[in-house]
Amino acid sequence: MRIGTIEVTSRLWIGTGGLSSLATLRDVIDAADPGLVTVSMRRSSDLGPSGLIALLRERHVDVLPNTAGCLSAREAVRTAQLGREALGTSLVKLEVIGDERSLLPDVVGLVSAATELVADGFTVLPYTTADPVVARRLVDAGCAAVMPLGSPIGSGLGITDPSAIERVRAAVDVPVVLDAGIGTASDAALAMELGCDAVLAATAITRAEQPVAMAKALRLAVMAGHRARAAGRIPRLTEARPSSPMAGRAAL
Amino acid sequence: MKILVNGDPREVPTPCSLGELVPHRSGVAAALNGNVIRGMDWDHTALSDGDAVEVLTAFQGG
Repeated sequence: MRIGTIEVTSRLWIGTGGLSSLATLRDVIDAADPGLVTVSMRRSSDLGPSGLIALLRERHVDVLPNTAGCLSAREAVRTAQLGREALGTSLVKLEVIGDERSLLPDVVGLVSAATELVADGFTVLPYTTADPVVARRLVDAGCAAVMPLGSPIGSGLGITDPSAIERVRAAVDVPVVLDAGIGTASDAALAMELGCDAVLAATAITRAEQPVAMAKALRLAVMAGHRARAAGRIPRLTEARPSSPMAGRAAL
Repeated sequence: MKILVNGDPREVPTPCSLGELVPHRSGVAAALNGNVIRGMDWDHTALSDGDAVEVLTAFQGG
């Protein structure tokens, strides 16, 4: 799958927040084999680079800086620019949070920030609501993918409205990446079966009882869901359809 | 002169450039009074009394 100028080989992307140590993160990365790994931009206490950057370089993973926590388009644009400077990538997972309680996106600010960042040369991947109209606006603004939420960030509720994700899938030609809400492997498989090109999981892994084991499970689920989508599921029927022939039965 | 670095007051000699304040060139980014300054410009970006500098790096998140 191509995102901007980067060829992303794995369809499981991971967030890094919430793990207790970089050693565990390294094991999670190795288990997940992620296509992209998101990071947040925060103040450096010693004015130097973090140990996280060294780890990501050591594991040869492509990094996706985000604008997590930004409450305005202006703040998100500047955070994206700082991420590009620090990490040498023009990729950005664009978040403009509209409400600190629900962490739902401010889609008006999102389209505005996306437009500005695309003009500045960024490859923009916006975290958005599962709304096909907004998704189309984001693609019109030049976004390289759309990242609809399955349910609120960190909630683990899975995909509360699968048909909304299908509508987003049908509305755009760019990659669709299910972002937010994944709780366990079946949620990730469902996202792929609905036609998503990739899944971003953070809390589902980092707050699992065994993060490394969950990373592996999600990796397998994403692969399974992707293959099931390509294989084509059977139609849903309201009545039974026999799988054994009725003809040729013995007279008993 | 007195400036703010990541929200904390700090006394620095006069003159002082952004490049002198931040010795690293990789893995960090800086904003001066809210404006992002590219690394190539740090050495000729002079700091002034009362300036607010933000120095960021990547942390676990998202």
